[in-house]
Parts: sequence; C-alpha cells; structure tokens
Amino acid sequence: MIKVLVQVEDFDAGAEVAQLRSTASGAIVQFVGVMRDNNQGDTVASMHLEHYPGMTESSIERILVEASERWSLLGCTVIHRVGTVLPGEQIVLVAVSAAHRHAAFQACEFVMDYLKTQAPFWKKEQLHNGESRWVDARESDDRAAARW
Amino acid sequence: MIKVLFFAKLRETLGTSDLEIDYAGTVADLKAQLSMRNDCWAEQFAQENLLCAINQQVAADESPVSEGDEVAFFPPVTGG
Repeated sequence: MIKVLVQVEDFDAGAEVAQLRSTASGAIVQFVGVMRDNNQGDTVASMHLEHYPGMTESSIERILVEASERWSLLGCTVIHRVGTVLPGEQIVLVAVSAAHRHAAFQACEFVMDYLKTQAPFWKKEQLHNGESRWVDARESDDRAAARW
Repeated sequence: MIKVLFFAKLRETLGTSDLEIDYAGTVADLKAQLSMRNDCWAEQFAQENLLCAINQQVAADESPVSEGDEVAFFPPVTGG
C-alpha cells in the first residue's frame, strides 16, 4: 500500500490514482507539484534536483509509515523526480487513498509538508540570465511541518 | 575507514563529493577535523544549519561515528 519512487522520468498521475482506487477507497486525494518559471522575481529556465540515493527513499517511506499511523489510510504513493526539470513539468506526486476524505486530505498535506522539510532533495535553479543558484530552505515550510 | 559524503551546495563549495578517512569519534569532532583542511572547509563546517546523517539516519553533533560508517553532510533540504 506504500509506494515510493525517485526517478528522472516524468510520471502519469492519473495512472497512479487509478491504482489506488478500490471498492473500499471512498476518497483519493492527489497533490502534484509543478515547476514554476518564476522564483523570487527571476525567470527560471530549468531546475536540477539532487538527492541522496538510499536515504531519500527510506526517509520518504518513514514519512508514509508515520502518516499511516496517524490516519486510517488504504494506500499512499509518492513519486519524486530528480535530475533536470523544466517549467510546467511535474516534480512530485503525493496520492493518498482512504475510506473517507478527511483522512485523505490531511495525510496528503502532512506527507507534502514533511517531504519539503525532511527528505534529502536539493534544488538548483538555472536562471534565464545564465546564472544558477541553490534554492534556500524556507521558514514557511518549517512552520507548515511543525503544525503536525 | 569511514566514508564521508557531501551534497548540493556544500559539495560544490568544497569541490568534492566524498572522501575516505580514518576516524572514530563524534560528529562534532569530525567537523572540527575537516575544518582544519583550510579556510573554506572551516567556513562550511561552521554553518549552524548544516545537517548530518550517519548510515543514512539523521545524526546530531554528539552522535558517535564508528569504523565503516557512512557519514553525510548536507544543507537544509529543498525538495517537494
């Protein structure tokens, strides 16, 4: 019921949601993170995502196990891309199925907040003007994760 | 020997992704030892928000490092 993929390739969110559907799953919530072409007032041409192979996967699995302990879930899928991502492309999928919507909504947000602050991924932006820069961690993400 | 890994901005700034050294002690003392390499390393390992993992589990300054361990240092994460 827990599925974690870290991959260079794009993913089919619809197919993943279909896999989570069953006669017991009254609610499926999916979040797709998409790359924006603008950050801090600058036009971003592309982004490179680095990760820590092994630890990234195990830390996401731990987050999903914790979500399963907090809410009654039927399934949870996380797919996170690494490598080069272009504006408009999908970066991350979090999809959660449960009997009822409350658990599915909450668990999806919990997993996303924890992903942002605990899973070892790092983003580097290539700006339109030719410069590149590492994205700084945001305090607002820490606050979002702390509320759980 | 232990294996030490560096990721993201830290890796770029140090100009190396990994090294193998003889070491046993705490994470804090390992950081002190790495800081002695030169000013750049000293500056990087003085950063308070630098994170550490031992064998792919989050570790703290006082965590012990033993023979054969994989120790990773990296900046705050920015995934999602």
